[in-house]
Amino acid sequence: MKLMLHVAPGIVRYPLIASVILETSALVNIERASIDAVSGEIVLEVPSEKCTEVKEAFERRGVRVVPLEIPVIRDENECVHCGACISICPTATFRFEDWLLVADSGKCIQCGACVVGCPQRALKLVLK
Amino acid sequence: MDPVVQEKSLSEINERIRDGSARVVTAEEMPNLVQELGTAGAVREVDVVTTGTFGAMCSSGVFLNLGHSDPPIKILRARLNKVEAYGGIAAVDLFLGATQPSQDQGIEYGGAHVIEDLVAGKQIDVEAEGAGTDCYPQMELETALRLDDFNQATMVNPRNAYQRYNAATNSSDRTLHTYMGTLLPRCGNIHYSGAGVLSPLSNDPNLDYIGVGTRIFLAGAKGYVIGSGTQHNPQNNFSTLMVTGDLKKMSTKFLRAATFHKYGPSLYLGIGIPIPVLNETVARNTAVRDRDITVPVIDYGIPRRDRPSLKIVSYEDLKSGLIDLNGKEVPASSLSSFHVAREVAKNLKEMVEKGEFLLSQAVEPLSRIGNSRPMKQTKESPNVGDVMSRDVVTVGEDIHVEKAAKLIVSGSFDHLPVVSKDGRLIGIITAWDISKAVASGKPARISEIMTKRVYSAMLDEPIELAARTLDTHSISALPVVDRDNKVIGMITSNHLSRLLARRQ
Repeated sequence: MKLMLHVAPGIVRYPLIASVILETSALVNIERASIDAVSGEIVLEVPSEKCTEVKEAFERRGVRVVPLEIPVIRDENECVHCGACISICPTATFRFEDWLLVADSGKCIQCGACVVGCPQRALKLVLK
Repeated sequence: MDPVVQEKSLSEINERIRDGSARVVTAEEMPNLVQELGTAGAVREVDVVTTGTFGAMCSSGVFLNLGHSDPPIKILRARLNKVEAYGGIAAVDLFLGATQPSQDQGIEYGGAHVIEDLVAGKQIDVEAEGAGTDCYPQMELETALRLDDFNQATMVNPRNAYQRYNAATNSSDRTLHTYMGTLLPRCGNIHYSGAGVLSPLSNDPNLDYIGVGTRIFLAGAKGYVIGSGTQHNPQNNFSTLMVTGDLKKMSTKFLRAATFHKYGPSLYLGIGIPIPVLNETVARNTAVRDRDITVPVIDYGIPRRDRPSLKIVSYEDLKSGLIDLNGKEVPASSLSSFHVAREVAKNLKEMVEKGEFLLSQAVEPLSRIGNSRPMKQTKESPNVGDVMSRDVVTVGEDIHVEKAAKLIVSGSFDHLPVVSKDGRLIGIITAWDISKAVASGKPARISEIMTKRVYSAMLDEPIELAARTLDTHSISALPVVDRDNKVIGMITSNHLSRLLARRQ
């Protein structure tokens, strides 16, 4: 399960992830992180059995946590099943099944590479 | 007894199409049939093989006739939904090219999008400026038109349906946005285009059937081959077609506008050609498989016309989704759609089976020899070696910041390339790096403060490329290196601006 963390100004300098890992002993994987001087947006992969615990631990620390259930949506009317999104996705979200494009949304880390890489502009990130 | 030569005439095949008895298969089904029945058996059993392709065909456009206004106008310049169309043809004829960007939305909406909107039945805004003559006094005009409102909307595409297309990768260390899509750094992916087994021209590689006047499926309409396409290069199996068709009869199922990020608009088109199985040669050619069609994987990391090929691969390799490049498994995916290519071939198959699509005898064969020569460039553009300064001062990585500062001051330049003991480029420091080190109060060795990811230029590189490197990375100087990465000069934004000033 992937969690999107929105880290507010004021706490972005604290070792939030490290302290949550120590508290929950969850084997989290940082899939994407964009942090600037005042805020941060981090995508974590968390084992599903630890998901609620990790989510609550972050929330106690003031982090807004959004589970990424459907991180990327594909417009069926626009998609022509070309496959331009397949090889540019760092987490192999897309694949062909008998030359029809299939998305395994659970793998998406919202990096956005496919959104600009799609020639038909058929992909959009679900922003929360 | 002599072996029976299996041959049929085109009129026999058309007769069967008319009476609904023609046996039609797609080019995807044909290879196994030929394997099973042999070429002679396939000629007996199959009358027509339908092909199909659906991909980006940039070299496409539409002639539009607007009809005459009152008072009449001789259009000089015209914009359709803010996309400029060429008006230098008579009074109210326009040519709208697929890759023309719009004035308001840039490459996100271009000529291809106007064409798709027209086919989708949408109304488009037309703005025109007139020449103002005695016979055409109107100077300006605004109107809104749908596809039906044009007298004619005739698609004429100079170069479509490439027989096969080079695959693309990128060995450089930054992401490239190209007409072959997003190419990740350090050969992170491969993109390819073309339908392989279904490709019309790969099923008639010697142009035995496809010729001038051949009736084709063009985006849902019946179209025709006008002749060989631009850059037609049959000697190297890169044949192309110039085609035409009536836009009013096309369908958005097979005509889609696209935008390649940071590149431009393009038009995805579905093209299919039915090939009559007249003899065993045709049967053999239409039995082509993905594994028989090979293309080079070209390195777009080299921004020159003659980009190196890293490997020869087949469409079977490409469609597997993984290509081994120097021991690394690289994900490969297509930009064209095999799914829609199949739809084209299937649609065409149904049209032929129902007697709605007859095959045609070419008026003239297409040329077996083509031209895809490089451009003759008459205006010499200088290379980096012509404008760089050769008296470049380099330093070793173990000198101190203070010494580097003195060198910069005495030499009156801003950049010091740092080289290894054998003279190879390993870093660069600028006056700014030194100021920063001094300001932080930690005088250090050069190796601690230098930029290690250093961009450089080659002696024989056109200055346009060096200028683009400077611009892309927001830097002001590039060390010039030889093939061994040894520093032989320096090119700066000053050199380039001086050159520009002299030209003007």
